[in-house]
Amino acid sequence: MSTPTTPQPPHRPRLGVFKFASCDGCQLTLLNCEDELIGIAGELEIAHFLEASSDIAPGPYDLALVEGSVSTPEHLERVRRIRADSRHLVTIGACATAGGVQALRNYADVEEYLATVYARPDYIETLATSTPISAHVPVDFELRGCPIDRGQLIEVITAFLAGRKPGIPNHAVCFACKRRGNVCVTVAHGTPCLGPVTHAGCGALCPTYGRGCYGCFGPAGTTNLPALLPILRRDGMGDDDIGRFLHTFNVTAFTAVAGQEPGTTEGEDPV
Amino acid sequence: MSEPVTGSRVLRVPALTRVEGEAALHLRIHDGTVTEARLDIYEPPRFFEAFLRGRAHTEPPDLTSRICGICPVAYQLSACRAVENACGAVVDGQLAALRRLLYCGEWIESQTLHIHLLHAPDFLGHDDMISMSRSHLAHVERGLRLKQSGNAIVELLGGRAIHPVNVRLGGFHRTPTRAELRPLAERLRTALDDAWDTVRWVAGFDFPDAECTADLLALAETGTYAIESGVPTVLPYGDEPPRSFPLRDFRDHVTEEQVPHSTALHSRLDGRRHLTGSLARYAVNGHLLSPLALAAAREAGLGDPPLRSAAPGAGRGEVCRNPYRSILVRAVEVLYAVEEALRIIAEYERPAHPHVEVPARAGAGHGATEAPRGLLYHHYALDGQGRITDACIVPPTAQNQGAIEEDLRRLVQGGLDRGEDSEAELTRLCERAVRNHDPCISCSAHFLDLKIERPFRQPWRVRC
Ligand code: SF4
Ligand code: SF4
Repeated sequence: MSTPTTPQPPHRPRLGVFKFASCDGCQLTLLNCEDELIGIAGELEIAHFLEASSDIAPGPYDLALVEGSVSTPEHLERVRRIRADSRHLVTIGACATAGGVQALRNYADVEEYLATVYARPDYIETLATSTPISAHVPVDFELRGCPIDRGQLIEVITAFLAGRKPGIPNHAVCFACKRRGNVCVTVAHGTPCLGPVTHAGCGALCPTYGRGCYGCFGPAGTTNLPALLPILRRDGMGDDDIGRFLHTFNVTAFTAVAGQEPGTTEGEDPV
Repeated sequence: MSEPVTGSRVLRVPALTRVEGEAALHLRIHDGTVTEARLDIYEPPRFFEAFLRGRAHTEPPDLTSRICGICPVAYQLSACRAVENACGAVVDGQLAALRRLLYCGEWIESQTLHIHLLHAPDFLGHDDMISMSRSHLAHVERGLRLKQSGNAIVELLGGRAIHPVNVRLGGFHRTPTRAELRPLAERLRTALDDAWDTVRWVAGFDFPDAECTADLLALAETGTYAIESGVPTVLPYGDEPPRSFPLRDFRDHVTEEQVPHSTALHSRLDGRRHLTGSLARYAVNGHLLSPLALAAAREAGLGDPPLRSAAPGAGRGEVCRNPYRSILVRAVEVLYAVEEALRIIAEYERPAHPHVEVPARAGAGHGATEAPRGLLYHHYALDGQGRITDACIVPPTAQNQGAIEEDLRRLVQGGLDRGEDSEAELTRLCERAVRNHDPCISCSAHFLDLKIERPFRQPWRVRC
């Protein structure tokens, strides 16, 4: 019996994949790289990836991919430990990069949230906020999206292996729409779309399917949000609708760009 | 030989992470008897039900999909059904067929992931798919190919495999043309062979004896194996006949209670433990599978499923209650989903409109579908402008938790009775007991060091 033996370099870089508060979708993106998975496993030693393997090795890790936001007291400590154990730390997805959808709690009364969901809120340990990894430790690169894009993830891993910066453009979804030859949904159909202010990465998926972008990649590098607001109003959105539109999957990031809080909880201190 | 089993001790597996999130195991053993088995779910609360309040009725599909990246389609479609129910909208014909096609994609992708990446390594003594691929490369490659064909369906219909963007209330933003579906059909024909081979492969595994004594709960639909719709139907353990109840009464039957050790709420069905998912679906609906899938089920040793109207034990059909064999049912369901996808594509005519209108109105609605891991229920109450005033989501994992704990208790007890007393042996048993139920991919995948404390010194609540 012969087992296929690919000669492996003596020191393959060690990969760790870690999860905080999240839906697991971003790490699943790695498992969805079916064509590349076995290749990646040959280039990197998968030292810690709970979703995929029972074989867990301690740090240090050369590359840590971190999914999810910091939302419990235990997370605060764990995120520091992972940082200390990792040479390169890359956040994957809106949760890790901007606090995720669960950061809606930052603008609400968490005690009340707990009481809505749990009969005995005192059993639950949680922080009043859901924060990005970068609020706690230095981060080497942030990959956006809810979920992240498979092609961009492979680019990040390839760049890491080659020792160069990931080539992830910072422009808006509109660019991808033009490149794809889409008819603009706002110009042609008056559909409200956040494409002009949203970070590229998805290949302009929503407009390709005839809907407006809802901002799941968060704000683009340079955005002119105030210029978009009158267009959204023209297309039938009230201020409340605009507030919810911007404040969903990347609530903290769009809030930072807009310099305002979600309309529904005016006056609340975001902590 | 391990030391004699006397006194109390506690077994802990500190990080199973995730059951719809993160989990750990906690077993208490007293004089060789398991006195307590807990699946501790400590996934941080994310408050979806709370922040859905005040949102527009169009938002639940995109929002709730972020509860689980492993089965986003299940969340999107349960949400759509509940809101459409509240607003009095009906989605049928080709739009309903497209939804079923999308769901078939998720079934193929998600069940195949569980079979190949998570569950099979248990039977073959591996830590993961990567190490398994060294000795079983062809099987792993076939699994990845099959998974990819499921993803291809979701990507084509939904735009992307995780959190698809094309689903909306009333149907889709854009429907595909027949021509766009054609390449998918070619790929699915290969997938049909792969799915058959998968059934044969897993049928050759070694299955320990075990029996799950929980009541089985699945949706039932007239004339077809229920996926994206149906009426909750219970096949009780023992001699009671099957029973159904209207979906609007779901919360009168499936009640949730909070337990101190878990952030997931615990559910009970009419006061008893129950199980949803593949075993339940096959027991309730197996006779409605296609002839091909039924032939595969027979070949895999699952026997003839009972007719729903026949009382169990009446000599008509078998109910598979062995949780280890759930991998067989999953493999059969993948085969069925591939075949069903091919059928829907063959009969597809592009509908005149990509969606029906779902005008907002005050009301309450219920929606349930069969997520790969089991029945997923959503409820929303809306005000006159369609703002959500109340939301309730009951995921399969919360429902299955009681049955999983009972399984853990029984399997570890069996191990102890056979003299399997070492930490390694008991840990392995626990891991397998949990993975059998696929409570959520990451939960079933990894186990850190299990600790046995002898003698028992810790307070009842041990934080990991
Ligand atoms: S960013 Fe989105 S897809 Fe990624 S883990 Fe968070 S909720 Fe899931
Ligand atoms: S178009 Fe916008 S909302 Fe749609 S996938 Fe891309 S970034 Fe996300």
